[in-house]
Amino acid sequence: MQRRTKWIFIILSVLSLVLTVTFLFIGLTPEGWDYALPRRGRSVAAIIIVGAAIAFSTLIFQTITNNRILTPSIIGLDSLYMLVQTSLVFFFGTLGLVSMTQGTNFMISIALMVGFALLLYTMLFKGEQQNIYFLLLVGIIFGTLFSSLSTFMQVLIDPNEFQSIQNRMFASFSNINVDLLWLACIILLLTMIYAFPYLKYLDTLSLGRDHAVNLGIPYDKVVRRYLIIIAIMVSVSTALVGPILFLGLLVVNVAREMLSTFRHSQLAIASVLVSIVALVGGTLVVERVFAFSAPLSVIINFVGGAYFIYLLLRGTKN
Amino acid sequence: MAMKMLEVEKPTVHTEVAALEVKNVSKAFDGKKVVEDVSVAVNKGTLTSFIGPNGAGKSTLISMMSRLLDHDTGEVFVEGKEIGKYKSDELAKKVSILKQSNNINIRLTIRELVSFGRFPYSKNRLTKDDWAFVENALDYMNLRDIQDKYLDQLSGGQRQRAYIAMVLAQDTDYIILDEPLNNLDMKHSVQIMKTLRQLCDELGKTIIIVVHDINFASCYSDDIVAMKDGIVVEKGHCHDIINPTSLKNIYDMDINIEEVNCNKICVYFT
Repeated sequence: MQRRTKWIFIILSVLSLVLTVTFLFIGLTPEGWDYALPRRGRSVAAIIIVGAAIAFSTLIFQTITNNRILTPSIIGLDSLYMLVQTSLVFFFGTLGLVSMTQGTNFMISIALMVGFALLLYTMLFKGEQQNIYFLLLVGIIFGTLFSSLSTFMQVLIDPNEFQSIQNRMFASFSNINVDLLWLACIILLLTMIYAFPYLKYLDTLSLGRDHAVNLGIPYDKVVRRYLIIIAIMVSVSTALVGPILFLGLLVVNVAREMLSTFRHSQLAIASVLVSIVALVGGTLVVERVFAFSAPLSVIINFVGGAYFIYLLLRGTKN
Repeated sequence: MAMKMLEVEKPTVHTEVAALEVKNVSKAFDGKKVVEDVSVAVNKGTLTSFIGPNGAGKSTLISMMSRLLDHDTGEVFVEGKEIGKYKSDELAKKVSILKQSNNINIRLTIRELVSFGRFPYSKNRLTKDDWAFVENALDYMNLRDIQDKYLDQLSGGQRQRAYIAMVLAQDTDYIILDEPLNNLDMKHSVQIMKTLRQLCDELGKTIIIVVHDINFASCYSDDIVAMKDGIVVEKGHCHDIINPTSLKNIYDMDINIEEVNCNKICVYFT
């Protein structure tokens, strides 16, 4: 490992540690200790889990599509999540959303999202058309369909009920349910175990399909497994905190710019660290600077969107 | 060119064992047959050129010979074993392929690219032996001085040589190259062809190339397979194919053949 890389890792680790500690203890009075600390601890845990899952899934998504301006949200999982939430309110009312335990909602959302992703993949891998861009296009179309359906239902329902949906449209790290946190942890851990034997292929996969096949990677099998892993990771993090569209794109590309390497062992760690820094730092800014007036995902989408445009403009210049 | 003459004088070098063989292979894209019922066998230790007009199905055929593409019907054998029966990393130690267009989206130095050639053997942890193969490949393709340059800083010819070096580092018995002379000037084309010839003669590699310049095929190959409209129209030893009748059959052109320094040179420019 180069000297520079080592320093980047040290700085990122220290930064995320400092931010996490600040987040946990800022403005804490001895009286509020017992009340605030567990809550903040849950938020930080959720941030780290979600940040890691999103960073990692975006990294492998970009590797298997050989495209560094894509995020897994392109296949419409976020829109599906919103559709599920909207339908719950539409058919059962706000009461339905509230009375349903969070665990049930969580599991329904994950099951539907993973199911949808698997359906897309089977479609892709059944026919001759083994083109990943075909999958993306179909995903975009479904994503649009889901958003339109959600919007349609949202305009029909009572404005008060719409409010409760609106709360779910933006990711939030406050009020995380402990049981869900444990559940998400376990699912993600199992997913990582499932992914582990395939991690060694990532560097070579980034050379593209032809080279990967030539170098002896069972390409279709590997890509299929990775798509499943991505679907699970995105679904779990979305169901846990809500959609964060641009986070993955942002953090993975920042990590790439910083390290300028193709080695996924380094890229993955850096992306996860950047992700934690961005989320913890972002949450701090939201709470302390904006006094909760702007949701975190709005800020992330704003920064991410600006960065995305920068990437596109720079791409056209080359 | 002296090497070529040597080769002609001792044809006994070729063991006539079909090492890479396709039998009745067909492939259709969207209902249009691109390769139709083709059977070809390539002998071990030879350099075989696939020639023919654009769209003849050459690239499709060699893609199927190297499992980049599945075949619709028929069979492909590598040393007598059906290609689908190999484990993928096992096959990657036997057969390597380089396509004609190689767009890699990540930033790599030549040395890093070439080191990927060792992936089938050691995955991401290259051993000392692996690095020796990498060094050898770099030397073989004259890339040592520029080994730390990034691919996007190279000329087309340098890049092509870097990709070929990667395939060499893979150290397979069978090397399949789709238009390796693409993008290369005369000097580098000759260099590459001489290197390929050397690989055959000195290391006993079996090499299959798709080549458009008929004179390179004529001067350097042992065997030639000519395709047209998805079928094989001519196949055989190089000197049997390079004659006006066969070439007319392949290219629909009248081609004169002159002998220069014991090499058959096709004259088709006017």
